[in-house]
Amino acid sequence: MSELKIKVNQLTRVEGHGNIHLEATDGKLDRVLWEVTESPRFFEWMLKGRNYDDVSTISSRICGICSISHTTASLQATESAFGIKLTEQAWLLRKLLYDAEMLESHVLHVLFLIAPDFLGADSVIPLVATHGDIIVMAVRLKKLAYNLAEVLAGRKTHPITPIVGGWSKLPDVDELKAIRERLEKAMEDMDTMVAVVKSVAPMIPDFQRPTEYIALKDPKEYSFITGKIASSDGGTFDLVDYKQITNEFCVPHSSSKFAKHSRDSYMVGALSRFNLNSEQLLPRAKKAAKELGMKAPIHNPFFISVAQTVETVHAMEDAINIIDKLLARGLHEEEVKVKPRAGRGVGIVEAPRGLLIHDYTYDEAGNIVSANCIIPTGQNHLSIQKDFDALAPTILEKPEDEIRHTLEMLVRAYDPCISCSVH
Amino acid sequence: MKPKVAFFDFTSCEGCQLDALNLDVGEVLGLLGAVDIVNFREVKTDRSDDYDIAFIEGSITKESEIPRIQAIRAQAKVLVALGACACTGGVNCMKNAYPMEDLLKGVYGECAEYYNTIPARPVSAVVPVDAYIRGCPPTTAEFVNVVKSLLLGKRPDLPNYPVCTECRIAGNVCVFQRGGTCIGPVTRGGCEALCVSSGRFCWGCRGLVDDPNTNSEKDILARYGLTIDQILERFKIYNSYSEVSKCQS
Ligand code: SF4
Ligand code: SF4
Repeated sequence: MSELKIKVNQLTRVEGHGNIHLEATDGKLDRVLWEVTESPRFFEWMLKGRNYDDVSTISSRICGICSISHTTASLQATESAFGIKLTEQAWLLRKLLYDAEMLESHVLHVLFLIAPDFLGADSVIPLVATHGDIIVMAVRLKKLAYNLAEVLAGRKTHPITPIVGGWSKLPDVDELKAIRERLEKAMEDMDTMVAVVKSVAPMIPDFQRPTEYIALKDPKEYSFITGKIASSDGGTFDLVDYKQITNEFCVPHSSSKFAKHSRDSYMVGALSRFNLNSEQLLPRAKKAAKELGMKAPIHNPFFISVAQTVETVHAMEDAINIIDKLLARGLHEEEVKVKPRAGRGVGIVEAPRGLLIHDYTYDEAGNIVSANCIIPTGQNHLSIQKDFDALAPTILEKPEDEIRHTLEMLVRAYDPCISCSVH
Repeated sequence: MKPKVAFFDFTSCEGCQLDALNLDVGEVLGLLGAVDIVNFREVKTDRSDDYDIAFIEGSITKESEIPRIQAIRAQAKVLVALGACACTGGVNCMKNAYPMEDLLKGVYGECAEYYNTIPARPVSAVVPVDAYIRGCPPTTAEFVNVVKSLLLGKRPDLPNYPVCTECRIAGNVCVFQRGGTCIGPVTRGGCEALCVSSGRFCWGCRGLVDDPNTNSEKDILARYGLTIDQILERFKIYNSYSEVSKCQS
């Protein structure tokens, strides 16, 4: 009897803490498990009793990687509860800040966390010596995204200026112009990034597992922070009805809740967005998708980072367009007036990793009575598990190291934000 | 021999680690030339338990995190608390206001028994800490500053005056004058009053100045007829672990 046992403790190059276990006997899979060991954090309870003015500040601390997403979902939940409509200028700025989030998060994932898997390195550090130009470019792009956020929000991680109903401070026009120039130059970097991803694409494992893909959908644009919830299996859902999709439940081996809709699992994130909305990508992003051979629907989860690459181009293009619009119409101080009222509000955005939901109920003084947050990675955990179940039996004859590495790569492909999923 | 540096994360959003490394190209190369990063789960697969300087992110919120931080302390020559969660306990400590069973039942319902949690605490409540890099998140400049000092074998020299001092230098109109409340008078500076300069107020993310009861910014509070207690409610967002009680005593 030959026994195979693989255990990955605290998977690396992901955000948060998760383990992988695989056991097989005589080439037959006994079990393969994706286990989430992150410490529970209880943000929903921390928010209880908090005034709306502190709420997005607290809830952005759910995640250091996608804190702009949490801030945005949080503000939109509160605005929906209070019946606040943003001005056009406030919307444009919010969308621009969101592009910075997509850009930074995707560049970090594709070029810093995933690239070493394809270039045979343990991290990005040795790549400085072997692939210096690409790493210098990656650092430059990440810094650009960071600076864009900084100009708008005071800083990228845990933004300061976005507030309920608008902005506490407008960006400086000259700084915005300077950033626009850097973005335009960085479009060349986008060509390089696409070429790099294309060159490693043949190494992407050939694995297909069709599932349900869920993302926001907006008839007007490739949606990041607007629209309704849509499923590749058909149908759209109003934001307040999100529980019909998420149906959270607990499992003993995971401190994150899991989510499930009509099939055995569903996926959220860049590939889901691509599968549902690729027609609406901006021209350069469409061209990048073509260059990368991407045509929806794609059922290979390892292609999530390729979809992220396409979205990086899209976010860059979108950011340039928005800055042009802002500069053309001029920036004007706008007074932000907030009148709290009792009620419920749901804010849903596409975090870089997928559908992110904040659902708050307020009392008439504008203090939170109850809060519920649902995180993209929480929704993807089951999809990761189901991919494991389908993938593992097909690779059992491979050397142990290769099996381990493939399973690690699969989890990494999802760009999981595990500490976020255990909020 | 280059010093061996390790990064470890406990309960946190993991923003500080990545933010600390939000360096320019030159700074990245400089840092990589000066130290060997031997353990950094978030960006690196190979790990080694032989290190000199350990950066700790996050607070301690689980029984199993206690032996882990003790082992790191035993190995590291210098242990640095990185960010608000590690330095003051940060936002995690807000949960301490509730009985742990209520929290578990409230969030996990019938599955509460699968999980465990203990009251959240800063790293210094479990093991001795050699240096603090404060803030939620800390500024990159401060991170670089501390690393440089440590490499020179010096104790980092960080501000122990209130945020108000930097706020005035930044030329801001005081939040109290605008009718709001601000934790700047009792919060340790070093951020150049970033939040006030961004049109908001200070939430106290860098923790308390050493002696909030005698610091010179008491006059701001006096001028607006406030006591330290009155501004503490918001202060609890970052400092509910022990700083608040220290301040009230
Ligand atoms: S109280 Fe706040 S706004 Fe006023 S001077 Fe101090 S830090 Fe600045
Ligand atoms: S102003 Fe206050 S809350 Fe903002 S970064 Fe500085 S210490 Fe932290």
